[in-house]
This record gives sequence, structure tokens and C-alpha cells, in this order.
Amino acid sequence: MSKGKVLLEVRDMAVSFGGVRAVDGLTFSVHEGEVLSVIGPNGAGKTSAFNCITGFYKPSRGSVTFDGTDITGKRPAVIAASGIARTFQNLRLFGDLTVLDNVRAGMHVRIRQNFLDAMLHTPRYWRGEDTAAEETHRWLDFVGMAYDRTTQIRNLPYGEQRRVEIARALARRPRMLLLDEPAAGLNHGEKDQLLDLMRRIAALGIAVVLIEHDMGLVMEVSERIVVLSYGREIADGTPAAIRSNPAVIEAYLGAEDEETRAEAERIAAEAGSRGTAEVEW
Amino acid sequence: MNDESTLRAGEKPSAYVSAVEEHTSVNTAPALKGAGISASSRSAIGGGISRFLASRWLGLGAAIAALALPLISSSTYVIQIAVDALIFVMLAVGLNIVVGYCGLLDLGYAAFFAIGAYTSGLLSTQFGWPLIATVPVVVVAAIVGGLLIGGPTLRLRSDYLAIVTLGFGEIIRITANNLDFTGGPNGLYGIPDFGDFGLRADIALYWITAVVVIAAVLFSSRLGRGRIGRAWRFVREDEDAAEAMGIHTYRVKFAAYIAGAIFGGVAGVLFAAHQTAISPPSFNFLWSALILMAVVLGGMASTPGVVVGALVISLLPELLRDAENWRYLLFGLLLIVFMIFRPQGLLPARTGEPGRRGRRAQEGAS
Repeated sequence: MSKGKVLLEVRDMAVSFGGVRAVDGLTFSVHEGEVLSVIGPNGAGKTSAFNCITGFYKPSRGSVTFDGTDITGKRPAVIAASGIARTFQNLRLFGDLTVLDNVRAGMHVRIRQNFLDAMLHTPRYWRGEDTAAEETHRWLDFVGMAYDRTTQIRNLPYGEQRRVEIARALARRPRMLLLDEPAAGLNHGEKDQLLDLMRRIAALGIAVVLIEHDMGLVMEVSERIVVLSYGREIADGTPAAIRSNPAVIEAYLGAEDEETRAEAERIAAEAGSRGTAEVEW
Repeated sequence: MNDESTLRAGEKPSAYVSAVEEHTSVNTAPALKGAGISASSRSAIGGGISRFLASRWLGLGAAIAALALPLISSSTYVIQIAVDALIFVMLAVGLNIVVGYCGLLDLGYAAFFAIGAYTSGLLSTQFGWPLIATVPVVVVAAIVGGLLIGGPTLRLRSDYLAIVTLGFGEIIRITANNLDFTGGPNGLYGIPDFGDFGLRADIALYWITAVVVIAAVLFSSRLGRGRIGRAWRFVREDEDAAEAMGIHTYRVKFAAYIAGAIFGGVAGVLFAAHQTAISPPSFNFLWSALILMAVVLGGMASTPGVVVGALVISLLPELLRDAENWRYLLFGLLLIVFMIFRPQGLLPARTGEPGRRGRRAQEGAS
């Protein structure tokens, strides 16, 4: 079921806001090069868990270990530099900057250049800048971004902005990529391309962790699925196992009676067979 | 967008490896494509103008014009006004690093100007140092000032920084006003210049100022285009997203603040040499506000814009001298009119592909 060694290990992680326990004792792991989806009803704590892992929230309890190093409560920049890249649920691009500059943000930690290099335009400055320019175009080609790359991001259509955000995260050259609802707001054609893109990212050896509500997409792309409800993991398994897991169905529908459960199973089965069809649980 | 050919790069699983390894191979197709679209979307004349504004020739031309000024007119009045304007340009490009690039609202920038002028004035008048020897001490003093004020406040969001810097500017001025060794309200006088090098003293100072200010403009522009300059812009646009890309936002903001402080401090040395006497009212809030206005008026984060903005702010009151008492009223009205019709600034920051590759692509497209 899982491949490679454990890359990310989350143990008994918790965070709360006021009295609300957004994440409450979450434990799960991600293996090298795996495609893992995190699903759960709205408010289950998926995005909060992402924010804890990437350092935007400080977990009040538990630990996060990445590639053998404890990263619990570290600064987001430190965690990003250690090899975790992410996208945001509501796009967080640099709106006034060009497509190229946005992607270059991912390369910041790799470009070797100090103040004097920048002020005096030393050979090292040009080497770094030329390399970065080259790689920027490569990543944009990789995600299939075909628009004018010198325009400001905010002038691009939404779907293209999503691509650029993924290109920016890839330019960080992460070992693990966290995608927070990447299919939200995309049309069918764009979802198919996203599916293809996620597979190509996985083929590069990058572990992909996906939060997504589009069950068709999740079932199609995931090797493993982790289901959250009320901040805890309630199930962990292959798409086939998750689809027929009664606890999962109950979490989504609160279904006690046989009839509703049968209905839920039918929808789930249909979602599985229709590929990326839009079926929201 | 659904164009199949654009997806070709990713068909091979080795794309990651090749993206990682093949740093040096040159693939110009995307650059030409990008530049081609942007170039054709502008009219030929507009494209020509904006290419000229972006070109290195504009900066070179302006630098030569600045250096040649005393050969054209050497009247004391012209030289005097020109030195003031150049110092103001330096302050504006320095503040542009903080406000324009990094988006940190600094309302007390004149404090660093004062720190520079007073440090240099004290060392030269009380201890007899030659003015040039005070410069390293001024840089250190500006950095210390930046650390003291930036350290606690840069962790906060920008609004707090605005309030604290506003207070800092006043604290520096009032401190200088109340201490004995700074000369109290009378300030310091008899500050020497850098020497006359066998020229008329004011012309020698003009050329020294011009060289320093040209270097400052060049350096601030280049800093803005490099790795740190991009990081400043990322922080300005979205701190969380920058952080998620591995950019230590606190350090990056600090770097902007300290860089701005150094520019302000060195401008203070030039100011002290030019005025020969300095006193606390020279560094009041109006200065901070006017420098900020130059940045906003010219176009935030745009070096040519900020230079033009600074020249307008410093020279316009001189050009309006005939209006006598109405001078500052007209000045204010003109600024309001500018901002209504050019809210983005006189010469706003351009987009486009930076670097050698962008220049090549642009020349290919023209």
C-alpha cells in the first residue's frame, strides 16, 4: 500500500481556537513519493492540519517530523526550506508581480547572491539570475502555463493562476507538496489537466498530499486516503477501502439507517467509476 | 490553455531531473513568446517610450546631465538648489527601498537623515575629524538606529510600524534639541566640507554629491532587481506566501529597513557638509512627509519614477518662487492634481522580463 520510507510523521497533533478543537490528536504519516489525499467534511480540520505542518499555526500538542527532523512549531520559512512546499486554499500569489517573479519566489533559498553581488552585478549575480530565469520557464512549461509570462498575475484567468501557484511551489523543489483544494473553481477540462499534472509531479518523486472535495479526483489520483472528522483521523486506507468504510460514510452523512448508507455507497461507487466527475459528498 | 503542446515538457518523468540539472542550456522559446505578446500589445510609440524608460541609456543620460550641470551653469544659486535636489533624490531612493520595495510605511525617515548629519557634524566639529572619515561611523550609527527601532517593530504588521517610526522621528529631533553636546536648539555650526580639490568650494561639493547620489540611485535600483529586491516585493505583496516559499520575512524586512537607514545616514553627511550648520528644525516631520511624497508621487518601487518625484518635490517650490506667499498653496494643489490624474505615480514600476535574457528578448522583438 505504501511505498518508500516515512517522510512526514504527524503524531497526536492538536490545535484549538478559543474553545474549538480544530485538530484534536491527529496522527498520520506520508511516505516518500506517495500521493495521499486528506478528506473530511467541512470543518474537519484539514486546512488547520496543513497550517500546523507548515508552521503557520503552532500545534498545542504533539509532534511533526519531516525526514527525521523535528519541525514542530518551527517558522514557516524554516519548514519550507527543509523541503515542504504548499499552495493555499484561496490563492496566495503576489498579485502585482509578474508570472515570472512569482515562480522565482520558489527559488529564493537556492539562489546564492549577496548585497554586493546585486549592487555590482558580479559574474555570480548573472549566473544565478540566468539560471533562475531558465528554470522559471521550465516550471511554467511543466504546469502548462501558456499565457504571457511577463504580465501581472492579477490579470490572469483563475485557472492559470492556480497553475502558477503550483509552479511556484514546485520551483521550491520540495520533497513533499501540499495542495489545498487545487481543483476548487476549475472546470472539467482543467480538472483533467490537474489530474495529469499531479501524476507527473508524483513521477518526479515528490510526495503529494492533497486536500480535495472533488471525490472523483481524489479516488482517481490517490494511492492512499486519510479521512478526518472533528480533528481526528477516522480512517486510513486505499480508495477502495475508504469508499466502503462505514465510519467514513457516517462522518459525511451522519447516516445511521441502511437506506441512506446504501445511497452514499452508490454515490461513492459512481464517483469512482466516473473518474474526475464532480461528485461532492 | 488546453493547448497540448504546452504540456510537452512534463511528458517525460525525467523532467524534474532535467530541470534540476540543465541549468546552463538555453531555451529561448518561452522568453520570446512572452516578450512577443507583451511587445505587440503595446503601440509602437508607447513601446518605444517604455523601452527607453527601462533602458540603461536613460540612467546613463541622467547621470551625465547631473555631472555636466556646473559646466552649463555655475551660478551659486543653481549649484545650491541642485545640491539640495540631489540630496533629496538620495533620500527618496533610500526610502523607496523601505516603502516602495518592501511596503513598510516609514513616517520617520528623517530620523536617519538626522542621525547621519549629527554624527558627522559632531565628529568633525568637536573632534576635528575630516568629514570623509566620519562616513563609516555614520553607517554604523544608522545601522544601530535601524536595529533599535526595527528590532521590536518589524515583527508587527505595517500599521504599527508607521506609528512607531512617526514617534522615532520626533524622538531623535527632540533629543537633539535638548542635549547639550548636540548644541541644543542652536545645533552645530562650522561643519567642514570634503575639501575643494582646487575648484570653487561649492562646485567641488556638487560633484562629490553628484557622484555619491548617482551611485546611490544605481545601487538602490540594482538591489531592487536582485534576489533581495524580489524578496522585498514578495513580502510587500503577501507575507504568508513569501514565508511559505522559505523566505524569512523578518530578516528580509530588517534588511530593507537597514538599507534605507544607511542611505538616509549618508545623505545626512552630504546635508551637513552642504549646510555647514544643522539644527533640530532641519529634521522635522515635514521632511519625512515630503520624502514619502516624492516616493508616492514618482511611483513606488520605480527608480526612475522616484528620482523624478524627488526632483519635482524639491524643485517645484523654487519654480513657484514668483508666486510668493501663494507658493506652498500652489505646491499643495499641484501635488493633489498629480495624484488625482496619476495615482500610480509619474513613472510607475514596469513589468516585463528582467535580466539579460529579457533584454535580449526585447531587442529581438523590437
